[in-house]
Amino acid sequence: MWAAAPAVFLAVFYFFPLARIFWVSFEPGGVGDTGYAPDFSYWGRILEFTIRQSVVSTMATLATGLPIAWWIHHSSGSSKKWMLSLLTVPFVMPAVVVGAAFTALVGPNGLFNQFLMSLLSLEHPPLNLLHSFTLVVIAHLFYNVSVVVRIVSNFWDQLDSRQVAAASTLGAGTWSRLWSIEFPLLLPGLLSAALLVFLFCFSSFGLVLILGGLEFTTLEVEIYRQAVSFFNLRVATALSLLQLAVTFLVMNLHTRLQSESSRPGVLAMEPESERLTQMPRPLVRFLSIFMWLAILILLSPLIALLLRSVTLGHSLFSLQHFVGLFRNSVNNAFLASPATAIGNSLKYGLAAAASSLVLGLCMTFTVHCAPKRLGHLLDPLFLLPLGTSTVTLGLGYILAMGQMRTSAWLVPIAHSLIALPFVLRILLPTIRGLSPALKEASAVLGASPLLTWWRVELPLLVPALVVALVFAFLASLGEFGATLLVARPQHPTIPLMIFRALGRPGLANLGQALALSTILMVLSASSMLLLDHLPGVSREF
Amino acid sequence: MFVSRYRFTRLLGSLLLAVFLVACTPSGGSMVVPPASEEPEVLVLASHDSFSISEEVLAEFETANNADVQYLALGDAGEALNKMLLSKEAPLADVMFGVDNSFLSRALKSDLFISYASPQLEGIADDLKLDASNKLLPVDFGYINLNADREWFLAQEIPLPQSLADLVLPAYKGLLVVQNPATSSPGLSFLLATIAYFGEDWPNFWAELRANDVLVTSGWSEAYFSHFTVGSGGVGNRPLVVSYSTSPPADVLYAEDGREIPASVNVNPPGGTFRQIEFVGIVKGTKKLDLARDFVDFMLSPMFQEDIPLNMFVYPALASAKLPDLFLEFAEAPTDPAQIDPADIEQNREAWIEQWTGIMLH
Repeated sequence: MWAAAPAVFLAVFYFFPLARIFWVSFEPGGVGDTGYAPDFSYWGRILEFTIRQSVVSTMATLATGLPIAWWIHHSSGSSKKWMLSLLTVPFVMPAVVVGAAFTALVGPNGLFNQFLMSLLSLEHPPLNLLHSFTLVVIAHLFYNVSVVVRIVSNFWDQLDSRQVAAASTLGAGTWSRLWSIEFPLLLPGLLSAALLVFLFCFSSFGLVLILGGLEFTTLEVEIYRQAVSFFNLRVATALSLLQLAVTFLVMNLHTRLQSESSRPGVLAMEPESERLTQMPRPLVRFLSIFMWLAILILLSPLIALLLRSVTLGHSLFSLQHFVGLFRNSVNNAFLASPATAIGNSLKYGLAAAASSLVLGLCMTFTVHCAPKRLGHLLDPLFLLPLGTSTVTLGLGYILAMGQMRTSAWLVPIAHSLIALPFVLRILLPTIRGLSPALKEASAVLGASPLLTWWRVELPLLVPALVVALVFAFLASLGEFGATLLVARPQHPTIPLMIFRALGRPGLANLGQALALSTILMVLSASSMLLLDHLPGVSREF
Repeated sequence: MFVSRYRFTRLLGSLLLAVFLVACTPSGGSMVVPPASEEPEVLVLASHDSFSISEEVLAEFETANNADVQYLALGDAGEALNKMLLSKEAPLADVMFGVDNSFLSRALKSDLFISYASPQLEGIADDLKLDASNKLLPVDFGYINLNADREWFLAQEIPLPQSLADLVLPAYKGLLVVQNPATSSPGLSFLLATIAYFGEDWPNFWAELRANDVLVTSGWSEAYFSHFTVGSGGVGNRPLVVSYSTSPPADVLYAEDGREIPASVNVNPPGGTFRQIEFVGIVKGTKKLDLARDFVDFMLSPMFQEDIPLNMFVYPALASAKLPDLFLEFAEAPTDPAQIDPADIEQNREAWIEQWTGIMLH
């Protein structure tokens, strides 16, 4: 029963367009039949680089995220909430803006180099990171560290603290406890985070294109090159299939690990975390400063962006670019004003969040109630949109949607498609963590299954639902690739407006893009802060 | 606690429903109810993302023809054409604008358009008419050239480069930023200009340019806004960029600081610029042939043509169309752009790009 709505949704808006483009590309004598077939080494080279950069990026993200997660687990109060909220901001930033921010920071004339040059009185910039493997890894780290921090710190909070306490009583030191008790218990959560990060890096497009330069080609970048520049549809779709296959395998692994780790009862309703009371106060203070510094460095591209949005074209400070957003001077038949774009983003975000929440809830119950083997198949299948090339899907939409192509509904629909995997990832572990005893007790007391669902299960899901709602909203807010493919120019979103502003010369256009980016940051930070300040809301990602 | 959770659920439930109802109301707000008793006829115009037209100019056409023109943005020029080719059996649009000379052959070969000898063609220079069958009619043209930072070159006392060959001289080491021809339309145009200019020798030029520390970005935006000293507001360190001969007027129009002279200046090396001509065509299979013809005529009429420069930052094809002052002052057009046959481009585009990539990587 639960399966019907998401099944129809995915069939119409995901599998059908994909099937259409695959069919057209491989059809003998069709447009895809160019007779061009690259040799084996070509596929190997691209796959090898895509996997290599994803593995390195994932390791770097884990190495950075784990100490922060450890700190967040052990700290409390508003500092914890602020850290979590700020770390999530990169999540909504379009690659084109982040690329520009990194260039402004670590480029030859960037802030870091200027600082180092004046500090060490050098004549030439010491750092040359632009278009390097290192920069691609750093950018992926910047984007994904919040995934690790959120998942791992949340997992940590929910561990049974009695085991740690017992080890402590038996004389185990901090390191010994960390290594032999907490680490093994954290492993499933850690792996889950690692696989998600791997997948995000695996399908990375804009950042690799902008920051990696010529040398580095991921599957997604090559799909774009083949489909858009060369119109070799067959090669492009073959690459998309390869990407889908790897995504499916990784997701399958991920769901298996997650279903292992979230058995009923593991989820504590009121997580208790061990505080830092045993540590000497100066050490706590030192660590706190150190962590804030680390987060500040992590977020420095955003800070650079923020500073530029109020200083561009001025020596000190000016809100001119922000005021400009609301000056109604657009005399254009098809272009909306930036203010309209802000409104659209909020509207589409709410619509996508609401619809993906409803569909995601249905999906979650489908996977949860299905037999184990089927569940292990369905779960990764529902997550596939996360690893699908937007270029390929966009071409599929052209073929499959016909006149619907111009509908204003397509944007929230596409956003829901992108947000659904997040919703599923947030809701599923929570549902699995619900103790069956509650359900049984309700049944024994005479409640019908429906009443049990409405009065027992759903209320217990509320915290997770709120988190899912916010993440779906953020996923929609920052979505760019799919929006560009389906949005009508009259109804742009903020990322689309930024993209358009950066398509024309002139400082006012750059200023507009910077101001809109800042607004995007503030919107996402404030919705995360709102979320983390709601009482009793879990932070499971 | 349990009761409050339950209430919260209901609250959340009704909130969700409300949000869903409010947010899901389709926002087709631009549909205006026409005063005419008859429903306006819808005409779908497919184009690239940069298509732009003033509100009152379009309204003029819509009122005169009782039409509702809808614009379908399909990506960049190449992408838009690919999408039209892909949907040939069930056309997405009645008219398509934005096929340029580098894609002209692909478009004509695929039989996507039908001929229309618009009476307006008379006023258009013959050298813009690349398609004798009139399936694709020239609407505008622009030049890919070099933009230089005026102040920077004055301050450094380095002369502006006089030819493409100058770019490999030591004086210009580390000054130029270009775009990857595989992912950027101006990048491809600049590559084509160098191929036309140097002939067989073009790979050597690029190898030397690479040795002279040229910077390659994936797209125009990164080159102009992140690396070009003028465009980036001082963050970039490249005073020379591959851009358009119409970028300097935009630098004044979108300045905000009241500057009257652009900070960038056009560098048009002889034979080293590329002229990009954009065409319009009526899509084969349209059910609105008459209206589509009217729209093509309209696009070639003085009213639309004079609206082009400050909307799309290119030059109108109609010779008699008046140019805005900004264009007359700061957008001097190169007199001798590179000559390269569209058929050659179509034939060799992929091989050239692959060869170029090889040179720049090894």
